Amino acid sequence: MANEKLYLYPLWIRIWHWLNAALFIILLLTGISMQYSNPENPFLISFELSVQLHNICGIALSINYLLFIFGNLFTSNGKQYKMKTKGLFKRLYDQSVFYLFGMFKKQDPPFPISLENKFNPLQRFIYSTAMYIGFPIIIASGMAMLFPEIIIPQLFGVSGLLVTALLHAIIGFVLSLFLFIHIYVCTIGNSIISNFRSMITGWH
Amino acid sequence: MKPSKLLLGCMCLLLSFSLYAQKEVNKNHSCLKCHAHRTYKYMNEDFGMEIKESMCSNRMIDTLAYQQSNHGMFKCTDCHSPEYETFPHSGNLRMELMYACNDCHAGDPEYAKFHFEAIEEAFYESMHYNRSPDAFTCWSCHNPHTYKTQARIGEKISETVSYDNNICLSCHADVSKYELLTERENINILKSHEWLPNQELHFKNVRCIECHTQLSDSLLVSHVVMPKDSAIRECTSCHSANSHLMASLYRYKSLESRKGSGFLNAVIINDSYVIGANRNKYLNILSVVIFGLVLIGIFTHTIFRIFKSK
Repeated sequence: MANEKLYLYPLWIRIWHWLNAALFIILLLTGISMQYSNPENPFLISFELSVQLHNICGIALSINYLLFIFGNLFTSNGKQYKMKTKGLFKRLYDQSVFYLFGMFKKQDPPFPISLENKFNPLQRFIYSTAMYIGFPIIIASGMAMLFPEIIIPQLFGVSGLLVTALLHAIIGFVLSLFLFIHIYVCTIGNSIISNFRSMITGWH
Repeated sequence: MKPSKLLLGCMCLLLSFSLYAQKEVNKNHSCLKCHAHRTYKYMNEDFGMEIKESMCSNRMIDTLAYQQSNHGMFKCTDCHSPEYETFPHSGNLRMELMYACNDCHAGDPEYAKFHFEAIEEAFYESMHYNRSPDAFTCWSCHNPHTYKTQARIGEKISETVSYDNNICLSCHADVSKYELLTERENINILKSHEWLPNQELHFKNVRCIECHTQLSDSLLVSHVVMPKDSAIRECTSCHSANSHLMASLYRYKSLESRKGSGFLNAVIINDSYVIGANRNKYLNILSVVIFGLVLIGIFTHTIFRIFKSK
């Protein structure tokens, strides 16, 4: 398996991926700088700059997300995000056991990478959740805050803006956890950098 | 007591209440029959004709607003000369001096919580008074016929914001009233606030005085209106944990809400969202804990990878 080279990531996916990564990191840093804004903290980006950057990058990320959606609609890449519910829990369990124990015992991965299965079941589940649930929510709530007049003023007696902002921050937080875990798991390859190199060259 | 006597007693009591209420409503009738309308009629005895005239707009009283205002219980002649009860009014009456707030409220322990004396001192420091000491009075902002202490009675912060900002706009968006107070050229508020991001959102949700008055710890509303160069322009003055907004209206509402529900920060959480200022302690702790657990997980996994690869 290790010697067989697979072309897993076509150019459009790589462009989308790195654009998404760069924009997401800027959004994360500026989001934290606004949420915990403190003019005396030298590690935070200034509030004014954060607002502008967050707005611009938020719109850019939303447009880039369209590239992902259309790319998945019109190429075979979309299949990588589909899951059968039957036996899903077993597959997720097996992959988790491999990450937690099997890989330290030098066991072979239970779901080897192929052109049909670029992602193992755990990746498939997490990537699908992040891209088809997390991203739509964070984009919709972000757009709502960019145009607050479209937000319902009151929701169950609480400010609609507050609910939207809380949702945006919570999903942002969950996606930022995904980012950290994603970067870490990507170091688990033939070498620490091999997966990062794959996302640059396209070849695994 | 016989039931018929009891019934009669109740009816008498009801009638007396009703008569009292009627009297209360009618106490200003002779004034408001003209001053509550755009036009008024009077009988010209000399010619035996009924004359209809238009009422000068600044002499008109919005009766509903007056009834709901802080001073709505007063008779017109409690503040205006009793000579107004005769018609036509004497020309000299136009020269009568109006009362200022402290003519009635100063030194009254019942009104101590409003700090009228401190307000007056602050007013004398304000840019408004110093630019037009003769023209600018309490009434320039607080119309005695309509004024109500909105922040203390208003349910929602947004209603108080709108009420208070309309006080500023009554001059700053109305050239005729603005010109009564100053010779300066009218300020175009939209233009002078062009630098403010989300201008409309800020105008709807923040009171002008939050940025244009000097902060005061003792007064609910600081009356030291500052020149425009001293107004707050830093986003982080409000958008930070130590938000400027929490110094006045939001502080008051928060304290009031805490009295009722015992939940700190209840108002700022329920009524508004100010990024950087709204912080939920529990969510912050939870996020730090979850993030810490993820880092510990990654760290432990890394240690095992290094250890097992040997």
